Amino acid sequence: MDAFDPAAFADYLARQERKDLLRFLTCGSVDDGKSTLIGRLLYDTKLLFEDQLAALQKDSVKHGTVGEDIDFALLMDGLEAEREQGITIDVAYRFFATEKRKFIVADTPGHEQYTRNMATGASNADLAVILIDARKGVLTQTRRHSYIASLLGIKNVVLAINKIDLVGYSEAVFETILADYHSVARELAFTSIQPIPLSARFGDNVTQRGDNLSWYRGPTLLEHIETVEVRGSESERAMRFPVQWVNRPNLDFRGYSGTLASGIVSVGETLVVASSGRTSTVKSIVTFDGEKPRAVAGEAVTITLADEIDISRGDLLCDADQRPEVADQFSAHLIWMHDEPLIPGRNYLFKIGCKTVSGSVTEIKYKVDVNSFQRLAAKEVALNEVSVANISFREPIAFDAYAGNPATGGFIVIDRLTNLTVGAGMIDFALRRASNIHWQAVDLDKQRRGEAMGQRPAAIWFTGLSGAGKSTVANLVEKRLFAMGKHTYLLDGDNVRHGLNRDLGFTEADRVENIRRVAETARLFVDAGVIVLCSFISPFRSERLLARELLEPGEFIEVFVDTPLHVAEKRDPKGLYKKAREGRIKNFTGIDSPYEPPERPEISLAGGMAAPEDLANQVIDYLRTHGYV
Amino acid sequence: MPLPVPAPAPAPAKTDRLMPQSPAMQAAELTHLQRLEAESIHILREVAAEFHNPVMLYSIGKDSSVMLHLAKKAFYPSPPPFPLLHVDTTWKFREMITFRDQAAKDARMDLIVQTNQEGVKQGVTPFTHGSSVYTTIMKTDALKQALTRYGFDAAFGGARRDEEKSRAKERIFSFRNENNGWDPKNQRPELWNLYNARVRKGESIRAFPLSNWTELDIWQYILKEQIPIVPLYFAAKRPVVHRDGQLIMVDDERLPLAPGEEPEMRMIRFRTLGCYPLTAAMESPAATLPEIVHEMLIARTSERSGRLIDHDEAGSMEKKKREGYF
Repeated sequence: MDAFDPAAFADYLARQERKDLLRFLTCGSVDDGKSTLIGRLLYDTKLLFEDQLAALQKDSVKHGTVGEDIDFALLMDGLEAEREQGITIDVAYRFFATEKRKFIVADTPGHEQYTRNMATGASNADLAVILIDARKGVLTQTRRHSYIASLLGIKNVVLAINKIDLVGYSEAVFETILADYHSVARELAFTSIQPIPLSARFGDNVTQRGDNLSWYRGPTLLEHIETVEVRGSESERAMRFPVQWVNRPNLDFRGYSGTLASGIVSVGETLVVASSGRTSTVKSIVTFDGEKPRAVAGEAVTITLADEIDISRGDLLCDADQRPEVADQFSAHLIWMHDEPLIPGRNYLFKIGCKTVSGSVTEIKYKVDVNSFQRLAAKEVALNEVSVANISFREPIAFDAYAGNPATGGFIVIDRLTNLTVGAGMIDFALRRASNIHWQAVDLDKQRRGEAMGQRPAAIWFTGLSGAGKSTVANLVEKRLFAMGKHTYLLDGDNVRHGLNRDLGFTEADRVENIRRVAETARLFVDAGVIVLCSFISPFRSERLLARELLEPGEFIEVFVDTPLHVAEKRDPKGLYKKAREGRIKNFTGIDSPYEPPERPEISLAGGMAAPEDLANQVIDYLRTHGYV
Repeated sequence: MPLPVPAPAPAPAKTDRLMPQSPAMQAAELTHLQRLEAESIHILREVAAEFHNPVMLYSIGKDSSVMLHLAKKAFYPSPPPFPLLHVDTTWKFREMITFRDQAAKDARMDLIVQTNQEGVKQGVTPFTHGSSVYTTIMKTDALKQALTRYGFDAAFGGARRDEEKSRAKERIFSFRNENNGWDPKNQRPELWNLYNARVRKGESIRAFPLSNWTELDIWQYILKEQIPIVPLYFAAKRPVVHRDGQLIMVDDERLPLAPGEEPEMRMIRFRTLGCYPLTAAMESPAATLPEIVHEMLIARTSERSGRLIDHDEAGSMEKKKREGYF
């Protein structure tokens, strides 16, 4: 290889090109020697460069934990702060290749609080290497790692029983651990488990067999990952093509660009747009390198169809004989990934394939303890917890169960206000009733009803701190409207809490549900043609946004009664602030629970600065100038 | 020899695998380069579909050449629906500039060239201000100026995770706050190929379509796809001086020569391209693509060692990225 021989080298390159790709993740805790194992793989496959080695030797003296030797873990731990703490805290990716395969390794941490990182690494992995410290055997964390790998659909596991040198290379220890592990794995959905005794620090059974484990007949770690067949049967599954981008360079060309998620697509084949049921045939499969007669799962192509049918980003093109389900309500497994807990009823965005829809969790059926696999009752789901929940989307989407097709059954959850990715989910099945509830089309609509009453129906939503003066102003506004001959109704805490929402308390989850019910009720009133006034603290932007989105544009008028906390607290009409300050009321807005002021309210009232009558006038003026009355 | 060592022909792994693989499935398998290409195209399209105003940061190097090639593929027959942005420090190799203009023209894309004029006025050069200050002012600041001026909400970069440790942990859609800063401790989880593209006004995403490529993948792909690259990657006789154990090419008369320093003609090439006073050359006879790949395979130093800016201190790249460097 040292001298350049063009013919031999061309042959070498041709072999390189035929390699396939294996993505795997390693799971284990800091002490299991996970980073050391990957460092060892890179070192033994000669993929470290001299300057990296030199830097590593320098770093080993400074940060290392293994005395004079090279600390391979330092190769993996990327970020400065983590190096100082001596732990890996996020997902890091490493690359190496052998003659047979190219590998992408996701290294994820093993601590309980980092379930989210492991799920992230597992979502794109074909195989999981689960590390066990031979001295400790199967631990709680082993169960957790196995559960998450299985949940994300990983079928192939390597059970790396590390530090076997520290138990005298004992076969008996190995056998005991293996038996223990099989009892864990019985409850999970793996199709293959390869146990390998090894020592990452000394290299036994990583890439070289060594002399210490003569009783072991199986492959080394490298031999196994080089040869194991893991790739799912993406191309054998039903054809699914999520439309990512509509390609229209000119009026004569209309193509649908995307990555074939599963199956095979061929020219002349009949496809169906899952959501509309419209069908057409594939006219061509276009790529930069020319047209193709067919494309297989994983390929990024552009499809043109024989007919002009309405297709946009987010649509799913499918094999007409193997259609996906279309529904708006599902049962799904959810992994929560944010400090703020998942709250039923709260509005989130869900991204599935190329489609983003709004929706909410309607019911948490149970939480799963990832350590014991036990089901637990739950009202909220916190960071790193796994639950099974019912989810409702605002519109129907096409999907497959995650177990049958991860590409069309997995979704992420995005917080509408912070835009953070707060969760991930895997659809199990559609809820049957979803397809059985149909909207009743009625001839009489709200516009007609409103016209008959001489008004434009709307919900006027007063938000602000307790004692801000919301109900006082709302009452005055209603009286004025009544005097004008308008049809109104006032919803406030007093008339709702005692009836409709009698079953709700004051936890965050209950408060969200409270507002959801009020918003739905307000919507019915608006539908009836009424101007409905709602007076609620409603401290969270996301809940007010939910109410706003239930209504048509222009039907939701947010009135921010902006009274400073010290003024409201001084008024304290019901003595609630006093109690809250004394700790006798929990979760009181402004004291130990936040109030999120509106960013762009239709009307902002300077509470405490003007007489309530003047504030009411401002609202009436708004309604007049905007044509509601 | 850093060549992958052939494994000692292991026996087929004995596992309790339940699903046999059918021949049809094997035929449908993609090679690793095909997978990487498809993944990159998916990322490029996702950004174009989700953002209002994306841009591709084009550095003229081999990775940028691959990224641009992938963009042409992703949107074909349309041209890529975003402009190219080049941050010109005024110290790039002359051949890079020629190549850049031609590449943009061939791709039918608009080219925006951004130079920090304030820095030029203040006379900021690699020689007067040191590589660190110079890089901050002429690269990082210039980039931030362009992103602000044009209101780009997404910018493609050609960085790869195998280049540097802090990059190994960066997301493919990497969030930047309104100051273009990166917070490595607070990254959005990234699952499957579902990228969260939601940003508020002023915030942005840096998208890295080549995240999972290695240097060897890049070269193999350039070879396979016959992608044009700047001639500086190929060995030729060029004028150089020796400095701190590295070879610096004298690309124009602005390079200050120390007393007694005399440029000499050497057969050199570059593994990485940037500002010429900060980019070390290597002596090499490799004048064709296969020769370059061959040489790379027996190389014993990693790629970024030719970039002087990374040498300042451990963790220097992470610091730069927090401040808004790409």
